[in-house]
Amino acid sequence: MDVMPKWAEVILVPLISLLLAAILSALVILAIGEDPVAAVKLMVSGALGSTYGWGYTLYYATNFMFTGLAVAIAFHARLFNIGGEGQATLGGLGVALACLYIPWPHWSLALVGATVMAGLFGAAWAAVPAFLQAKRGSHIVITTIMFNFIAAAVLNYVLVNLMRPAGSMDPATARFPEAAHLPTLHDMLTPLGISFSKAAPANVSLLVAVGACILLWVLIWRTKLGYEIRAYGHSESAAKYAGISPVKITMVAMLISGALAGMMAINNVMGEAERLVLNAVEGAGFIGIAVALMGRSHPLGVFLAAILFGFLYQGGAELALWTSIPRELIVVIQALVILFTGALDNMVRMPLERMFLAARMRRAPKPDRKPTTPAQ
Amino acid sequence: MDFLALIDLSVLDSTVRLATPLLLACLAGLFSERAGIFDIGLEGKMLAAAFFSAAVAAITGSVWLGLLAGIAASLALSGLHGLASITFRGNQLISGVAINFLAAGLTVLIAQDWFSQGGRTPSLFGGGRFEGITLPFAETLRAVPFFGPLYYELISGHSILVYVAFAMVPGTWWILFRTRFGLRLRAVGENPAAVDTAGVSVVGLRFAAVGICGILCGIAGAYLATGLQAGFVKDMTAGRGFIALAALIFAKWRPWHALWATLLFGYLQAIALRPDIIEGALGFQVQVQLLDALPYILTVVILAGFVGKAIPPRAGGAPYVKER
Repeated sequence: MDVMPKWAEVILVPLISLLLAAILSALVILAIGEDPVAAVKLMVSGALGSTYGWGYTLYYATNFMFTGLAVAIAFHARLFNIGGEGQATLGGLGVALACLYIPWPHWSLALVGATVMAGLFGAAWAAVPAFLQAKRGSHIVITTIMFNFIAAAVLNYVLVNLMRPAGSMDPATARFPEAAHLPTLHDMLTPLGISFSKAAPANVSLLVAVGACILLWVLIWRTKLGYEIRAYGHSESAAKYAGISPVKITMVAMLISGALAGMMAINNVMGEAERLVLNAVEGAGFIGIAVALMGRSHPLGVFLAAILFGFLYQGGAELALWTSIPRELIVVIQALVILFTGALDNMVRMPLERMFLAARMRRAPKPDRKPTTPAQ
Repeated sequence: MDFLALIDLSVLDSTVRLATPLLLACLAGLFSERAGIFDIGLEGKMLAAAFFSAAVAAITGSVWLGLLAGIAASLALSGLHGLASITFRGNQLISGVAINFLAAGLTVLIAQDWFSQGGRTPSLFGGGRFEGITLPFAETLRAVPFFGPLYYELISGHSILVYVAFAMVPGTWWILFRTRFGLRLRAVGENPAAVDTAGVSVVGLRFAAVGICGILCGIAGAYLATGLQAGFVKDMTAGRGFIALAALIFAKWRPWHALWATLLFGYLQAIALRPDIIEGALGFQVQVQLLDALPYILTVVILAGFVGKAIPPRAGGAPYVKER
């Protein structure tokens, strides 16, 4: 099992995967006749060179933290929740209902209420696939994919037929009332004497996302439930033997996952758009997969990977603005990251393991010692 | 209520057209999943094939070269899926997700680089498209009551790829259930260790299945861009790969049932374009969103096992590790 030291497992493997993805992305940029070095410079200055850039980077990162944590907690129970997109869509609906129909006295109360509603709606949308997986053995990947499409249809119906203000042609809700507007980083940092761009959408939900990262870490590594989830993920039969109920773990892990994905809506719907529009999620649910894989399903890893993807997103938008490279470059980079950190993991891992094994054999050449076979 | 009004000849005609890409992709998935390789990358492969077929057809003016390019692009992605999930024993689902994004991003990127038209190809015309074929006697038999119009409208007048798709149904059945290759392919999806013991290469069989899947997805994508529509636009597959996946589960991994499932889903897509007919037949309005979501809802119901359980091939999704 432990062929590689821990630091290699945690840092070296993701880093090499990222490097491979970066090299291929650079080749793609070269192939379409642009300069990769100039592109990277533009991305860095556009995403990190000003508080405006940082504001967007952190705004995107907040989305990806929620969806990345959602995928990560499911991964711990060896469930693949590909339905973050649909759960976040429903979360948006929950936020819109909370903000439009409850007269909140202050934004802080509105934030609490909206977070609860978003979590409830997201969890509810994950509950059906979770139940079908736990009780009927329906493959959760397929059901969550189907639920993404059903969610899109539901939102379309609700926005076009139910929540659209009278006289408006736009399939969107009315604007949320003033009391439900969240303070942006500009509003929060100005009293502290730090000037931050007023135009950037990063807002107080960033703190909620960071809090979610910390809470999830506590849940996974410091509670009985977290232990049960991890035990179930490592070996279903061992977990069953230890008296852990597969139905309970599947349901609980997926409900938490759905709630986290749904809570993304406090950032994009409540914090940024301040009304619910069609396709508000913009693929963030899927980016959560890349973020969780890159972050090795660890909350700290997810936090860092989310900021990396936030940077890529804002940098990609800048590229599309100033060069002829379309925004879809980010989709390619995202695909390559998923490919190398997820699907082709063994391609990176196998040679590394062989290397570490050879190094260890050289250091301790005891003839009677059986060589460890590489995992798988 | 007049349910017969739902069976409109023009709706049935567009059912056939819309079902064709679903059917090809569904059969593609059938080969792959019967061999134990889950494939949620059907969507991406179709999209890549749609772009490259339209692009090459636009540049060369030959739709047949376009078809070849589409198949080649789809095969390349299949190769990637095989490399990740067979050679390196990675997660097949994650590999499929990656392929979908890779296709979604690269097609627009390359389209912008080649044609500079905002991620689309120029419109195809003349030899750059698959035109409808009028079958023999269609014109002469048209006057015959009932069968004449049926033959002329419904069966005749489609492009060659539609007939290829429908011929692939008995073709797939024959390959899977009447040939030695098919028996081995199904066995490798149920119990790869037994196939390995018999001295047949598991890796070879699975790569063959993934390859066939690539070819069929390539034809499906090419039909989308050069038959159904005249050119490539961004994200033109619009979830068809996932509807095909749903149809595959609906059909419980059987070729003839795949035909009926895709025709049903094709019919739902066709009737969604004609709300007037639904209202005339049922007497009330049916929300378009419900019709859009119906294939997915039906699939979830089938998956839930309330209407006959769908049991996938047993070794599906698991990489095969030879004993050492």
